[in-house]
Amino acid sequence: MRVTQGCFSFLPDLTDGQITAQVQYCLEKGWAVNIEFTDDPHPRNTYWDMWGLPMFDLRDAAGILMELNECRKVYGDRYIRMSAFDSSHGWESVKLSFIVNRPKEEPGFRLERQEVGGRNIRYTTKSYAVDRPEGSRYGGK
Amino acid sequence: MSALAGSPVDASAAAKARSEQVDLRREFDEVGIGEVLDQLDRELIGLKPVKTRIREIASLLLIERIRKRMNLTSDVPTLHMSFTGNPGTGKTTVALRIASILHKLGFVRRGQVVSVTRDELVGQYIGHTAPKTKEILKKAMGGVLFIDEAYYLHRPDNERDYGQEAIEILLQVMESQREDLVVILAGYGDRMDKFFASNPGFRSRIAHHIDFPDYADAELLAIAELMLRDMNYKFSPEAREAFVDYITLRKTQPLFSNARSIRNALDRMRLRQANRLVADLDRVLTVEDIMSLEASDVLASRVFRSKSAPELCQSDS
Repeated sequence: MRVTQGCFSFLPDLTDGQITAQVQYCLEKGWAVNIEFTDDPHPRNTYWDMWGLPMFDLRDAAGILMELNECRKVYGDRYIRMSAFDSSHGWESVKLSFIVNRPKEEPGFRLERQEVGGRNIRYTTKSYAVDRPEGSRYGGK
Repeated sequence: MSALAGSPVDASAAAKARSEQVDLRREFDEVGIGEVLDQLDRELIGLKPVKTRIREIASLLLIERIRKRMNLTSDVPTLHMSFTGNPGTGKTTVALRIASILHKLGFVRRGQVVSVTRDELVGQYIGHTAPKTKEILKKAMGGVLFIDEAYYLHRPDNERDYGQEAIEILLQVMESQREDLVVILAGYGDRMDKFFASNPGFRSRIAHHIDFPDYADAELLAIAELMLRDMNYKFSPEAREAFVDYITLRKTQPLFSNARSIRNALDRMRLRQANRLVADLDRVLTVEDIMSLEASDVLASRVFRSKSAPELCQSDS
């Protein structure tokens, strides 16, 4: 099952050219672009690991693509996303985030029903991927 | 980017592009490098060989640009340069102009100049250098990376020096991201030669070696007058004569750094002039008084006094 979160996630995967254009847009707005990765695709998992530091004060997207390619070399089997942080007063938050890399196979989620008192049912979603330990999900060693 | 990188073009389109004619004059005016070149001629005194080389490079790039549009070439030319010359001969200034020419011709996308020295590239402990160098490279992407005194990156006496790591990263990026970044290495001629000799990778990746000659006395005087004009000062005729002597004397002393020494000398003369004016508070000053530097302001310099003991004159005074 294809994970859809962040911008553009219902579109086909972005090409490097399209990623560059989006990143350039962010830089021109003065946002700091971050690269983050994770192998836990749960939608409530907001805290992804960061690849290096946030990249402030850049002019051109080529530098960020360079980092992305480095990140892909190491964590190519995980989800990688770009997020653009607007540091201006009053915002101080992420303005744009989109997935730029995903595992080859996304096993999807199972729905667990828990029967509780009074015939009530509680639902929870669990990714099949997280059945395996961290780092060895999605075909990692 | 991907569009620039020469997508496969079908034969008919290529043939059509080839039959197209080019108005070189219009092309030249359109990119506006004429302006930059004229400015270079006007504002930089002397440096004949440098200006000639820059004109040559600009012409080459203009033609290269047209060839690319006509689908005659798809390669990005190597644009990395090395500037060698003594201190104060205008290497940084020329780097700024080059960046603007490259930007106008579309060979760099943003045209900013990031000027660094060893300190900004090389770290202090293991694992510190690579992120530091990459940080600078990322900042310079789409523009020009100007590395001043580049030979300090390589310390032959210490084989575990972290400079080598920075050199390797630089070389790799210079090769693989030629369309994203232009690197200019600058430094004194003889030490740069040694640096290139011990790092042959650099020499082969640099297309243009430009040598900056020292300024002649007359050129230094012209530079001084240009600087003064920019600051709304001028020499009185006697001061001008005294300054000619100053240049001759200063050149024989150690640590002479061409235009930079001239700038420092002018700053001290402005100081002396201000002191002289303030000494007489009851005087009514005209614009002329405030603008002009007198011979006494020039002659008070230590350069004239230290003729007998030049070894004491360590600084630029």
